[in-house]
Amino acid sequence: MSTSLTSLTIADARAQLGDRSISARELAESHIAAIEASRALNAFVSETADRAIADAARADVRLAKGDAGVLEGIPVAIKDLFCTKGVLSTAGSHILNGFVPAYESTVTANMWREGAVMLGKTNMDEFAMGSSNETSYYGPVLNPWRRPGDNRDLVPGGSSGGSAAAVAAQLCLGATGTDTGGSIRQPAAFTGTVGLKPTYGRCSRWGIVAFASSLDQAGPMTRTVGDAAIMLKAMAGHDAKDSTSVDVAVPDYESVLEKSVKGLRIGIPAEYRIDGTPAEIVALWDSGIAWLKDAGAEIVAVSLPHTKYALPAYYIVAPAEASSNLARYDGVRYGLRVDQGDLTEMYETTRAAGFGAEVKRRILIGTYVLSAGYYDAYYLQAQKVRTLIADDFKQAWQKVDVLLTPTTPEPAFGVGEKSDDPVAMYLNDILTVPANMAGLPALSLPAGLSSQGLPLGLQVVGRAFDEETVLRVGRALERAAAFDGRPAPWWRSN
Amino acid sequence: MSGTIQGATGTWEMVIGLEVHAQITSNSKLFSGASTAFGAEPNTQVGLVDAAMPGMLPVINKVCVEQAVRTGLGLKAQINLRSVFDRKNYFYPDLPQGYQISQFLQPVVGAGTVVLDMDDGRTREIGITRLHLEQDAGKSVHDLSPDRTYVDLNRSGIALMEIVSEPDLRSSEEAGAYLRKLRSILRYLGTCDGNMEQGSMRADVNVSVRRPGADYGTRCEIKNVNSVRFVQQAIEYEAQRQVDILEEGGVIAQQTRLFDSRKGETRSMRSKEEAHDYRYFPDPDLLPLEFTQAWVDEIASSLPELPDDRKARFVGELGLSPYDAGVLVAEKEVAEFFEEAARDRDAKAVANWIMGDLFGALNKSGLDIARSPISAAHLGALVDLIADDTISGRIAKDVFDEMMKTGRPPAEIVDQRGLRQVTDSGAIEAIVDAVMESNPDKVAEYRGGKDRLFGFFVGQVMKQSQGKANPKIVNDLLQQKLSG
Repeated sequence: MSTSLTSLTIADARAQLGDRSISARELAESHIAAIEASRALNAFVSETADRAIADAARADVRLAKGDAGVLEGIPVAIKDLFCTKGVLSTAGSHILNGFVPAYESTVTANMWREGAVMLGKTNMDEFAMGSSNETSYYGPVLNPWRRPGDNRDLVPGGSSGGSAAAVAAQLCLGATGTDTGGSIRQPAAFTGTVGLKPTYGRCSRWGIVAFASSLDQAGPMTRTVGDAAIMLKAMAGHDAKDSTSVDVAVPDYESVLEKSVKGLRIGIPAEYRIDGTPAEIVALWDSGIAWLKDAGAEIVAVSLPHTKYALPAYYIVAPAEASSNLARYDGVRYGLRVDQGDLTEMYETTRAAGFGAEVKRRILIGTYVLSAGYYDAYYLQAQKVRTLIADDFKQAWQKVDVLLTPTTPEPAFGVGEKSDDPVAMYLNDILTVPANMAGLPALSLPAGLSSQGLPLGLQVVGRAFDEETVLRVGRALERAAAFDGRPAPWWRSN
Repeated sequence: MSGTIQGATGTWEMVIGLEVHAQITSNSKLFSGASTAFGAEPNTQVGLVDAAMPGMLPVINKVCVEQAVRTGLGLKAQINLRSVFDRKNYFYPDLPQGYQISQFLQPVVGAGTVVLDMDDGRTREIGITRLHLEQDAGKSVHDLSPDRTYVDLNRSGIALMEIVSEPDLRSSEEAGAYLRKLRSILRYLGTCDGNMEQGSMRADVNVSVRRPGADYGTRCEIKNVNSVRFVQQAIEYEAQRQVDILEEGGVIAQQTRLFDSRKGETRSMRSKEEAHDYRYFPDPDLLPLEFTQAWVDEIASSLPELPDDRKARFVGELGLSPYDAGVLVAEKEVAEFFEEAARDRDAKAVANWIMGDLFGALNKSGLDIARSPISAAHLGALVDLIADDTISGRIAKDVFDEMMKTGRPPAEIVDQRGLRQVTDSGAIEAIVDAVMESNPDKVAEYRGGKDRLFGFFVGQVMKQSQGKANPKIVNDLLQQKLSG
C-alpha cells in the first residue's frame, strides 16, 4: 500500500484526499517510511517526521471540513536553501552550522498556508553552487538512477540535487528547488523529473538564502508537468518584502494545461546546437520538434546570437553577487565561529573552516571581478552581455511563443567524475543559464532515455510571466513522450 | 582664524571640503521596519534585515526618500528622478551584511548650494556636490571588556544622508559656519535633528593646503568628527601639520586620519595604499529608485520657509539689521520665538530683548530657548508694558529677572510688586517740589549755571518714587521748575 501512495501524482493524491479515500496522515506516514528506507541516497539534511505528522493531522481536519488549500495534505520536501522557522536551515554549508531561523521564507509560508505537509529539508550543493550536489557539507546526494547493469553511483545534478532525488525516488510528491543557472532544471533532467524555473520576480526570494540575487528564483520539482502547475500556483505571488518580486496576478496554471498547442510557434535556436553535443541529445531534441509539429504547432528556426557569451558572463555576475551576499557569514552573529585570535583571524579561520572549496573559488572570482581596475572589464562588460542576451530573446518573441531546447548537454555523470574540473562542471549549465540571465521562465521535463538508459530532459523557455504557455507546451511534450521510466530502488534498505 | 597660514617660506591657503553624515528623522530605518529611537537598550531595535539574517531583503522606506528629496530642495539642489543603490563592501562586526547599502554613481540629489553668513556680514556661497542615501552601521563597544568587543545594532540600518560639499571652504571659521548653516537648514526642514553630541550629525573633513591660486594640494581626510568645535580644531591642527611638512620640503601623503579631541591633534588611521577597495556594484536586491517630478513638486509645496528666506523677510518687513536677522533665524526655535514675541509689536525692541537679556540669561542658566522660563507671549507683553509707559525700561529689567526666575507674566509681577510707573504729573510734581525744597543750595547752584546738577535732581526724584516715576514727566517738570 505504501508504495502506491508514494507513487501518486499530486493531482491524484489531491483527488483521493478530497474524496477521503486516503488520509493525509497515511500519505505522510508512507512517505516518512520511504525516506527512512532511503537514507543511502543522502537526499535529506533534516527529516521532519513529527512535523509532517502534525501538518497532516491539521490537513485532515481541514479536508474533513471541506476547507482544503491548494496543497492540502500533500507531502513535500524543501530545499535546505529555504529558511524554515524552527527547523535547521543550512544551505548545505558548514558555516550555517546549527542555524535555526526564527522566520519562514515567503514561498514555504505560502505552501504551508495552502496545506502542504513538510517531510524535511533536502540536501543541496553548498549555497546552491554546483551542478552535481557534490559540494554539500553534508556529503553528495546520489542519483536514484544508475546505468542498467552498472552499479556505479551517479550524481543527481545540482544544486537542487536532494530535491530532485527525493522526487525521483518517490520520497515526496513534490519538492521546492531554486534555480540560479539551471539548479532546478539540470537535476530534473538528470533524475527524470519535471522542474520549473519561473520568471524572475514570480516567486518571492524573501527567506531564501541568497546566492546570486539577480538570478535566484524558486520553483517546483515534481513528477509531472501538471503537478508543477499545481505547486507553482501555491508558491508564487507578489511579496512586498521582496523589492524584485513583481505584482502580477498568479493565473490558474492547471486550467490551461490541456489546451492544444495548435498554432503555437515553437522557436528552435540554432546556437543551442553546440559542437560536441551527443547525437542522442540532438535526436531527442528532434523528437521533441516532431511531437510538437504533430500536435499542430509551427516550428520556426530562430537565432539567439549572444548565447555563447551567456555562460562566461554568468560566471562573472553570479560569483560577483555571491561574493557580496556571503559576506554576512562572518562568525559574528550566527552559524559557525572559530573563536581564535583577533578579529581578522576570527574572520579568516571561521570562513576558511565554514566554506567549501567551490564556494571559496566563487568568492575569489567574484571579489576579483568587482575589484578596482577590473570592474569595467569584467562585471560591467558581463552586465552589457546580459542586456544583449535579453535582447536576443526579445527579438525571438517577435517570431515565436516559446523556445524548445535540450536541458543539458549530457545525461547524469558519475560521482567524482568532474569534481577536479570546474570548467567541465560549469559547462553543464550552458543550455540553462541564458534563461536565468534574461529572467525568463523555463521548464525541464523528462522526454526519453539515453543509450545507457539514463533520463534526458527537454527544456521549454517562454516569455516573462508566461508560465502558462511554457506549461502547456510542456504538457504536450509530456503527453507525446509518454516517459514512464523509473529507477530500480537499489537504494532501499527494506 | 583666517584661512591663510604664514609659513617661513610664504603664505599658504587652506582648502576644505566636508562630507556630513546626517541621520534622517524617520520612525523606522532605511530598509527595515525597526524603530530609530535614540537611547534604547542595546540590540532591542534590530530587524531581521538590520542583523543581516540569511535570506533577508531590504525594502526602501518611502519616508526616508521623501526626507532626502526635501533636504535636496532645501539645498536648492538638483533632484534626480532616478537613482541607484549600490553595495559598498567591507568587513566589520558592526556592519552585519558585510556591505553598506549606499549610492555611488547615481545619487538621489545632485549639485546644490549653501549660503554662509559670516560674522562680518559677508555671505559666501558653498557648493554642494551631492547628497546620497545610505545605511548607518551599528556601534562597536570596546570598553565593556578588556579583551572583547561588543556590538550594538540599534543604529544599524538607520537612514543617513551623506551631504558632500565642494572644496569651497577656506578657513576653519567658514567650515564652522557651513556646519551651523547646514544644521539650521536640516532642522528647519525637519529632516535631521542635527544633534552632533548624539551622533546624529557627523562630519568627515577633507583638508589640504596650497599656495594661493595654485592647484589643489594632496588632501587628508579626517573621519567622523562630532562637534563644530572639534571640526574647527581638527582643521587648524591638520592644516598647520601639512604646512610644517611642506615647509621642510616634505610631501603630503594621502591619508585617512582620526581626530583625538583630548589631545587636539589628528593622527594617521590608514594610508592610501591601505585604503579599502569597496568593490561598489549596484545592489541586485533593490530596483533603481524612481519617482515623478509631480511627487517632488508636492514635497516642494510643503517646504517650510528656510533660514535665508526668513532672514530676508526679517530685514525687509520687520526692519531688522542683516546681522540681527541672521542671528535670530539661525535656530528655527529662536526664529519662531521671536516671531511670536514680535507679532504686532516693535520688532527691533523685541529682537534686542531676545539677543541681549534673554540669550544672556538662558546662557547663564544653561538653558535653550525651548526651555526658556519666559514664554514668547510674556516677553512680548513685557515690551508692551514699556511701550505704553506702564513701566520704565529700568523697571523692566527687574521685571525680566523676576520672569526668568518664576515664569510669571510681567503684568502680574508689576501689579503685585507695585511697579506701575507713576504718570500722574501732580504726584510727580509733589515729589519734585519736595526734592527742591530739601536741597535749596543745589537749586541755587544749578540756577547759577551748574547744569550738570540736573542729573542729581532726576536721581533724587526717581529714588523718592522708587523708580516708578515716568522719566519723561520727571524731566519736563524739573526743567520747568528749576529754570523758573
